[in-house]
Amino acid sequence: MHAHHDHDHPHPTQPDTTDALSYYQVMEVALRELLIEKGILSADQVRRQVEDMDSRTPAHGAQVVARAWSDPAFKARLLADGNAALEEIGLERGPYKLVVVENTPASTETGPGVHNVIVCTLCSCYPRWLLGLPPDWYKSRSYRARVVHEPREVLSEFGLDLPADMVVRVHDSTADMRYLVLPARPAATQGWDEQGLAGIVTRDCMVGVALPKP
Amino acid sequence: MTPAQRESPAQQFGPGERVRVRRAYPPGHLRTPWYIRGHSGVVERVCGAYPNPEELAYARSGLPAQPLYRVRFLQHEVWPGYRGNAQDSLDVELYQHWLEPA
Repeated sequence: MHAHHDHDHPHPTQPDTTDALSYYQVMEVALRELLIEKGILSADQVRRQVEDMDSRTPAHGAQVVARAWSDPAFKARLLADGNAALEEIGLERGPYKLVVVENTPASTETGPGVHNVIVCTLCSCYPRWLLGLPPDWYKSRSYRARVVHEPREVLSEFGLDLPADMVVRVHDSTADMRYLVLPARPAATQGWDEQGLAGIVTRDCMVGVALPKP
Repeated sequence: MTPAQRESPAQQFGPGERVRVRRAYPPGHLRTPWYIRGHSGVVERVCGAYPNPEELAYARSGLPAQPLYRVRFLQHEVWPGYRGNAQDSLDVELYQHWLEPA
Protein backbone atom coordinates (compact mmCIF):
# COMPACT_ATOMS: atom_id res chain seq x y z
CA MET A 1 0.00 0.00 0.00
CA HIS A 2 1.23 3.48 -0.62
CA ALA A 3 -0.01 6.76 0.68
CA HIS A 4 -1.04 8.36 -2.59
CA HIS A 5 -2.39 6.15 -5.25
CA ASP A 6 -2.24 7.30 -8.84
CA HIS A 7 -5.09 6.26 -10.96
CA ASP A 8 -7.46 7.65 -13.52
CA HIS A 9 -10.84 7.57 -11.82
CA PRO A 10 -12.16 10.32 -9.57
CA HIS A 11 -13.34 9.66 -6.02
CA PRO A 12 -16.33 11.50 -4.62
CA THR A 13 -15.03 14.27 -2.42
CA GLN A 14 -16.02 14.62 1.22
CA PRO A 15 -17.57 18.08 1.47
CA ASP A 16 -16.13 20.46 4.03
CA THR A 17 -18.52 21.25 6.88
CA THR A 18 -21.29 23.27 5.38
CA ASP A 19 -23.63 23.30 8.37
CA ALA A 20 -25.14 26.71 8.93
CA LEU A 21 -24.24 28.30 12.28
CA SER A 22 -26.83 27.93 15.01
CA TYR A 23 -28.41 30.98 16.62
CA TYR A 24 -26.07 30.82 19.64
CA GLN A 25 -22.99 30.31 17.47
CA VAL A 26 -23.91 33.45 15.52
CA MET A 27 -24.42 35.33 18.78
CA GLU A 28 -21.01 34.16 20.06
CA VAL A 29 -19.24 35.30 16.88
CA ALA A 30 -21.08 38.65 16.92
CA LEU A 31 -20.25 39.30 20.59
CA ARG A 32 -16.60 38.30 20.16
CA GLU A 33 -16.19 40.52 17.10
CA LEU A 34 -17.80 43.46 18.87
CA LEU A 35 -15.55 43.08 21.94
CA ILE A 36 -12.49 42.98 19.69
CA GLU A 37 -13.68 45.93 17.56
CA LYS A 38 -14.27 48.04 20.64
CA GLY A 39 -10.84 47.17 22.01
CA ILE A 40 -12.16 45.42 25.13
CA LEU A 41 -10.47 42.14 24.21
CA SER A 42 -7.89 41.31 21.59
CA ALA A 43 -8.10 38.32 19.24
CA ASP A 44 -4.84 37.12 20.76
CA GLN A 45 -6.32 37.22 24.27
CA VAL A 46 -9.26 35.10 23.13
CA ARG A 47 -6.89 32.65 21.44
CA ARG A 48 -4.68 32.46 24.53
CA GLN A 49 -7.69 31.73 26.73
CA VAL A 50 -8.74 28.89 24.43
CA GLU A 51 -5.17 27.58 24.40
CA ASP A 52 -5.00 27.76 28.20
CA MET A 53 -8.31 25.89 28.54
CA ASP A 54 -7.21 23.19 26.12
CA SER A 55 -3.94 22.68 28.01
CA ARG A 56 -5.81 21.51 31.10
CA THR A 57 -6.20 17.77 31.19
CA PRO A 58 -7.33 15.06 33.60
CA ALA A 59 -3.62 14.43 34.29
CA HIS A 60 -3.81 17.18 36.93
CA GLY A 61 -6.65 15.40 38.72
CA ALA A 62 -4.79 12.07 38.45
CA GLN A 63 -1.78 13.68 40.16
CA VAL A 64 -4.04 14.72 43.07
CA VAL A 65 -5.53 11.22 43.40
CA ALA A 66 -2.12 9.53 43.24
CA ARG A 67 -0.82 11.80 46.00
CA ALA A 68 -3.89 11.10 48.15
CA TRP A 69 -3.37 7.35 47.70
CA SER A 70 0.29 7.65 48.70
CA ASP A 71 -0.01 10.05 51.63
CA PRO A 72 -2.87 9.57 54.14
CA ALA A 73 -2.25 12.98 55.75
CA PHE A 74 -2.57 14.67 52.34
CA LYS A 75 -5.77 12.72 51.71
CA ALA A 76 -7.23 14.01 54.97
CA ARG A 77 -6.35 17.59 54.02
CA LEU A 78 -7.77 17.08 50.50
CA LEU A 79 -11.10 15.86 51.89
CA ALA A 80 -11.22 18.75 54.38
CA ASP A 81 -10.25 21.55 51.95
CA GLY A 82 -9.83 20.57 48.30
CA ASN A 83 -8.58 23.94 47.06
CA ALA A 84 -5.87 24.29 49.71
CA ALA A 85 -4.67 20.76 48.93
CA LEU A 86 -4.38 21.58 45.21
CA GLU A 87 -2.27 24.62 46.04
CA GLU A 88 -0.11 22.54 48.33
CA ILE A 89 1.06 20.36 45.41
CA GLY A 90 1.59 23.27 43.04
CA LEU A 91 -1.73 23.18 41.18
CA GLU A 92 -4.06 26.11 40.66
CA ARG A 93 -6.38 26.69 43.60
CA GLY A 94 -9.23 27.24 41.15
CA PRO A 95 -12.15 29.67 40.88
CA TYR A 96 -14.66 27.39 42.68
CA LYS A 97 -14.74 25.50 45.94
CA LEU A 98 -13.62 21.91 45.31
CA VAL A 99 -15.48 19.17 47.17
CA VAL A 100 -13.68 15.81 47.06
CA VAL A 101 -15.88 12.76 47.63
CA GLU A 102 -14.24 9.47 48.49
CA ASN A 103 -15.17 6.01 47.25
CA THR A 104 -14.70 3.57 50.10
CA PRO A 105 -14.74 -0.22 50.23
CA ALA A 106 -17.07 -2.07 52.61
CA SER A 107 -15.53 -2.71 56.01
CA THR A 108 -16.64 -3.97 59.40
CA GLU A 109 -15.88 -0.56 60.95
CA THR A 110 -17.30 1.86 58.38
CA GLY A 111 -20.13 -0.30 57.05
CA PRO A 112 -21.15 -0.72 53.43
CA GLY A 113 -18.96 0.47 50.57
CA VAL A 114 -19.73 3.82 48.96
CA HIS A 115 -19.51 4.81 45.30
CA ASN A 116 -19.83 8.46 44.24
CA VAL A 117 -20.87 9.83 40.85
CA ILE A 118 -21.09 13.45 39.70
CA VAL A 119 -23.63 15.18 37.47
CA CYS A 120 -24.82 18.70 36.80
CA THR A 121 -28.49 18.31 35.96
CA LEU A 122 -28.89 22.02 35.21
CA CYS A 123 -26.02 22.50 32.74
CA SER A 124 -22.44 21.20 32.68
CA CYS A 125 -20.69 22.38 35.88
CA TYR A 126 -17.36 20.57 36.08
CA PRO A 127 -13.94 21.28 37.69
CA ARG A 128 -12.53 22.51 34.38
CA TRP A 129 -9.42 24.08 35.87
CA LEU A 130 -8.47 20.66 37.19
CA LEU A 131 -9.80 18.16 34.63
CA GLY A 132 -10.11 20.21 31.43
CA LEU A 133 -13.28 20.35 29.39
CA PRO A 134 -16.07 17.92 30.30
CA PRO A 135 -16.76 15.03 27.93
CA ASP A 136 -19.74 15.37 25.59
CA TRP A 137 -21.69 12.66 27.38
CA TYR A 138 -21.44 14.63 30.66
CA LYS A 139 -23.27 17.50 28.96
CA SER A 140 -25.84 15.29 27.22
CA ARG A 141 -29.44 15.54 28.22
CA SER A 142 -29.76 11.79 28.68
CA TYR A 143 -26.85 11.48 31.17
CA ARG A 144 -28.05 14.53 33.12
CA ALA A 145 -31.66 13.39 33.24
CA ARG A 146 -31.02 9.72 33.94
CA VAL A 147 -28.07 9.42 36.32
CA VAL A 148 -29.97 11.22 39.10
CA HIS A 149 -32.78 8.70 39.20
CA GLU A 150 -31.33 5.47 37.80
CA PRO A 151 -27.60 5.72 38.56
CA ARG A 152 -27.05 1.96 38.70
CA GLU A 153 -28.51 1.43 35.24
CA VAL A 154 -26.47 4.31 33.78
CA LEU A 155 -23.25 3.09 35.42
CA SER A 156 -23.94 -0.38 34.09
CA GLU A 157 -24.13 1.07 30.56
CA PHE A 158 -20.65 2.52 31.19
CA GLY A 159 -19.54 -1.03 32.04
CA LEU A 160 -19.57 -0.50 35.80
CA ASP A 161 -21.79 -2.98 37.65
CA LEU A 162 -21.89 -2.20 41.35
CA PRO A 163 -22.81 -4.76 44.01
CA ALA A 164 -26.33 -4.28 45.42
CA ASP A 165 -24.98 -3.75 48.95
CA MET A 166 -22.78 -0.84 47.87
CA VAL A 167 -24.30 2.60 48.53
CA VAL A 168 -24.44 4.87 45.47
CA ARG A 169 -24.22 8.60 46.12
CA VAL A 170 -25.12 10.92 43.27
CA HIS A 171 -23.92 14.53 43.64
CA ASP A 172 -25.83 17.13 41.66
CA SER A 173 -23.50 20.08 41.06
CA THR A 174 -26.24 22.70 41.04
CA ALA A 175 -24.49 25.78 42.42
CA ASP A 176 -21.06 26.95 43.59
CA MET A 177 -19.26 23.68 44.40
CA ARG A 178 -17.25 21.59 41.96
CA TYR A 179 -16.59 17.90 42.55
CA LEU A 180 -13.82 15.37 42.25
CA VAL A 181 -14.33 11.67 42.98
CA LEU A 182 -11.43 10.13 44.87
CA PRO A 183 -11.55 6.48 43.75
CA ALA A 184 -10.50 3.68 46.10
CA ARG A 185 -6.92 2.54 45.52
CA PRO A 186 -6.89 -0.89 43.88
CA ALA A 187 -5.24 -3.52 46.10
CA ALA A 188 -3.05 -4.69 43.22
CA THR A 189 -1.13 -1.38 43.21
CA GLN A 190 0.78 -1.99 46.43
CA GLY A 191 4.30 -0.60 46.18
CA TRP A 192 3.58 1.54 43.09
CA ASP A 193 5.05 5.03 42.93
CA GLU A 194 2.91 8.14 42.41
CA GLN A 195 3.64 8.36 38.72
CA GLY A 196 2.58 4.78 38.16
CA LEU A 197 -0.57 5.32 40.22
CA ALA A 198 -1.50 8.49 38.32
CA GLY A 199 -1.30 6.48 35.10
CA ILE A 200 -4.39 4.41 35.99
CA VAL A 201 -6.55 7.33 37.16
CA THR A 202 -8.61 8.33 34.16
CA ARG A 203 -11.06 11.18 33.73
CA ASP A 204 -14.06 8.85 34.02
CA CYS A 205 -12.78 7.49 37.36
CA MET A 206 -12.79 11.05 38.72
CA VAL A 207 -16.38 11.68 37.54
CA GLY A 208 -17.40 8.33 39.02
CA VAL A 209 -18.50 6.35 35.96
CA ALA A 210 -15.49 4.00 36.02
CA LEU A 211 -12.97 2.45 38.41
CA PRO A 212 -9.18 2.58 38.05
CA LYS A 213 -7.79 -0.64 36.60
CA PRO A 214 -4.19 -1.63 37.32
CA MET B 1 -26.39 49.92 49.10
CA THR B 2 -25.65 50.13 52.83
CA PRO B 3 -23.39 47.60 54.58
CA ALA B 4 -26.43 46.27 56.44
CA GLN B 5 -28.13 45.36 53.17
CA ARG B 6 -25.03 43.53 52.01
CA GLU B 7 -24.85 41.45 55.16
CA SER B 8 -25.60 37.80 54.55
CA PRO B 9 -28.66 36.42 56.37
CA ALA B 10 -27.75 34.28 59.40
CA GLN B 11 -27.21 30.60 58.75
CA GLN B 12 -30.46 28.88 59.76
CA PHE B 13 -29.51 25.21 59.55
CA GLY B 14 -26.62 23.06 60.67
CA PRO B 15 -25.24 19.69 59.55
CA GLY B 16 -27.60 16.81 60.36
CA GLU B 17 -30.70 19.01 60.45
CA ARG B 18 -33.75 17.94 58.47
CA VAL B 19 -34.96 20.48 55.89
CA ARG B 20 -37.63 20.63 53.22
CA VAL B 21 -37.23 22.27 49.81
CA ARG B 22 -39.94 24.84 49.15
CA ARG B 23 -42.47 23.70 46.58
CA ALA B 24 -42.38 26.92 44.58
CA TYR B 25 -42.29 27.56 40.86
CA PRO B 26 -41.23 31.18 40.32
CA PRO B 27 -40.13 32.36 36.88
CA GLY B 28 -36.53 33.27 36.08
CA HIS B 29 -33.10 31.69 36.40
CA LEU B 30 -33.22 29.14 39.23
CA ARG B 31 -30.60 26.79 40.61
CA THR B 32 -33.08 24.59 42.47
CA PRO B 33 -33.83 21.56 40.31
CA TRP B 34 -37.53 20.98 39.69
CA TYR B 35 -37.29 17.33 40.74
CA ILE B 36 -36.23 18.12 44.30
CA ARG B 37 -38.86 20.74 45.18
CA GLY B 38 -41.15 19.63 47.99
CA HIS B 39 -38.76 16.87 49.14
CA SER B 40 -37.03 16.69 52.49
CA GLY B 41 -33.49 15.68 53.30
CA VAL B 42 -30.68 16.24 55.78
CA VAL B 43 -28.03 18.97 55.69
CA GLU B 44 -24.76 17.23 54.75
CA ARG B 45 -22.62 20.36 55.13
CA VAL B 46 -22.75 24.13 55.09
CA CYS B 47 -20.82 25.46 52.08
CA GLY B 48 -20.58 29.15 52.97
CA ALA B 49 -22.48 32.16 51.60
CA TYR B 50 -22.65 32.93 47.88
CA PRO B 51 -24.27 35.70 45.82
CA ASN B 52 -27.78 34.69 44.83
CA PRO B 53 -27.64 33.35 41.23
CA GLU B 54 -31.30 34.31 40.71
CA GLU B 55 -30.15 37.95 40.95
CA LEU B 56 -26.76 37.53 39.28
CA ALA B 57 -28.53 36.20 36.18
CA TYR B 58 -30.07 39.63 35.69
CA ALA B 59 -26.79 41.53 36.18
CA ARG B 60 -27.66 42.53 39.75
CA SER B 61 -25.23 42.16 42.65
CA GLY B 62 -26.73 38.99 44.13
CA LEU B 63 -26.21 40.53 47.57
CA PRO B 64 -26.84 39.81 50.32
CA ALA B 65 -25.10 36.48 49.78
CA GLN B 66 -27.21 33.45 50.61
CA PRO B 67 -25.98 30.61 52.82
CA LEU B 68 -25.55 27.52 50.63
CA TYR B 69 -26.03 23.95 51.84
CA ARG B 70 -25.43 20.47 50.51
CA VAL B 71 -28.57 18.53 51.35
CA ARG B 72 -28.67 14.73 51.20
CA PHE B 73 -31.89 13.05 50.04
CA LEU B 74 -32.65 9.34 49.99
CA GLN B 75 -33.21 8.16 46.43
CA HIS B 76 -36.18 5.97 47.29
CA GLU B 77 -37.90 8.95 48.93
CA VAL B 78 -37.38 11.14 45.85
CA TRP B 79 -38.19 8.70 43.04
CA PRO B 80 -41.20 6.37 43.34
CA GLY B 81 -40.16 2.85 42.32
CA TYR B 82 -36.41 3.57 42.72
CA ARG B 83 -34.42 0.38 42.18
CA GLY B 84 -31.32 0.19 44.33
CA ASN B 85 -29.96 0.17 47.85
CA ALA B 86 -32.25 1.78 50.46
CA GLN B 87 -29.33 4.01 51.51
CA ASP B 88 -28.58 5.28 47.97
CA SER B 89 -28.57 9.05 48.13
CA LEU B 90 -28.65 12.20 46.09
CA ASP B 91 -26.84 15.34 47.29
CA VAL B 92 -28.01 18.70 45.95
CA GLU B 93 -26.63 22.21 46.58
CA LEU B 94 -29.44 24.47 47.76
CA TYR B 95 -29.54 28.11 48.86
CA GLN B 96 -31.10 28.93 52.20
CA HIS B 97 -34.08 30.84 50.81
CA TRP B 98 -35.27 27.57 49.23
CA LEU B 99 -35.22 25.64 52.51
CA GLU B 100 -37.55 25.42 55.49
CA PRO B 101 -37.38 23.30 58.64
CA ALA B 102 -38.92 19.84 58.18
